[in-house]
Amino acid sequence: MKVKFILNGKPVELDVDPRETLIDTLRLRLKVKSVKRGCERGECGSCTVLINGNPVVSCILLTIQINGAEITTVEGLVGDILLEKLAKNFIDNGAIQCGFCTPGILLTAYAGIKQGKIKKSEDVKEYVNNLCRCTGYVKIIEAIAKTANEVWGHER
Amino acid sequence: MVIEIPLVNITARNTHIIPFEFEYYEPRSLEEALELLAKFKGEAKILAGGTDLLVKMKTRIIEPKVIVNIKRIQGLRYIIEENEHIRIGALTTLRDIEKSTIVEKNLPALHDAVKVMGSIQIRNMATLVGNLCNASPAADTAPPLLVYNARVVAMSTRGKRFIPLEEFFKGPGITALEPDEMLVEVIVKKNNKGSSAFEKVSRVVVDLAIASAAVYAEISSDGVIEDSRVAVGSVAPKPIRTRILEERIKGLRLGSEELKKAIYEIDREISPITDVRSTAEYRRHIVKVLVWNAIERVYRRIRGECV
Repeated sequence: MKVKFILNGKPVELDVDPRETLIDTLRLRLKVKSVKRGCERGECGSCTVLINGNPVVSCILLTIQINGAEITTVEGLVGDILLEKLAKNFIDNGAIQCGFCTPGILLTAYAGIKQGKIKKSEDVKEYVNNLCRCTGYVKIIEAIAKTANEVWGHER
Repeated sequence: MVIEIPLVNITARNTHIIPFEFEYYEPRSLEEALELLAKFKGEAKILAGGTDLLVKMKTRIIEPKVIVNIKRIQGLRYIIEENEHIRIGALTTLRDIEKSTIVEKNLPALHDAVKVMGSIQIRNMATLVGNLCNASPAADTAPPLLVYNARVVAMSTRGKRFIPLEEFFKGPGITALEPDEMLVEVIVKKNNKGSSAFEKVSRVVVDLAIASAAVYAEISSDGVIEDSRVAVGSVAPKPIRTRILEERIKGLRLGSEELKKAIYEIDREISPITDVRSTAEYRRHIVKVLVWNAIERVYRRIRGECV
């Protein structure tokens, strides 16, 4: 089945099996490896991608469902000021351990900060519910809150 | 520039492709969708957000022969406020409802519920109508809509019918929809006199409810319940209204010993089970706390002390 979409700013056109989920199309056909295969049922958020700027999970989404949409992964945000800020704060705060959940969390936090839904640290827990099995979340929340503060300047 | 991608045999790799074949349709109009449902009868499943359907398909709990993706149908994603009613379309997502000031102002219990349903990713995908059609006893949107006396609109090639939500749920995963019918709209009558609230407990915020309760109530300024409607989730085979309780708490005062005793009698109307999320005993206990808290919150809302 023919499907067309924009991936990280570039138009993509391919023939997919209707049974194929977006995570498989991205990882296996398009070699976008930042999208991680986690729980496979939409619970963990590791396979998060942005569709038209909004975070969704790609493991319980058929590729044919997103025909015509605009998809963004962290690869498409290299050089983006907000993502670079987030990444720097993740590194400085020790918010990464194994790194498996990091791309999904970065994208979710990116959308939240960009849309003004995350402005202060209390907003982080409400918006970002991705699972992380290493850090215990504290460092991640701090890194996102710090970035939000840099962008929106609500604290201090 | 269009990138040409060579076709790879995706089934030969490490993949979790849906493990069975199905026919896939993408109708452009409601009429076309209804014709497909009429043609395939019970063999077709409707796909909207897919957050419940695709998980069930991946784990082979269900193996539909036909998938009808209704996402391409224009004009089904709306929240419309009329004089007496609010109408919500089949493709309206939980996130749309969460962001809607119409819902926040008129249907606060529904707003409470969608705020704590799944992660932001799930709320961006899942639809309200899908949550109802999945008919889980733990569906968080059900208790609020039950206390609002919501009606749903089912359509098929044979016509249109209105079903009170209370009659829509038949059991776990079972609804009053005929195999060729599609739920196209939810209609909620506005209530101007009282207010409403929804409470739930779950292991973590985004998880399915261990138990939940929604209350619509009219409470006098000195804290006497004049009228109420109460619905609970995850404590019976389907989300239910607790009409005996509603009758019992009429005329009782908030915070009183009588109200506490009356709420304890909810035991007669519920039949919780023990599962991975909780024991039946805990559900029995906590649902009473939730009803109590929801009534308190309704009172604070009426007095304008909380949003």
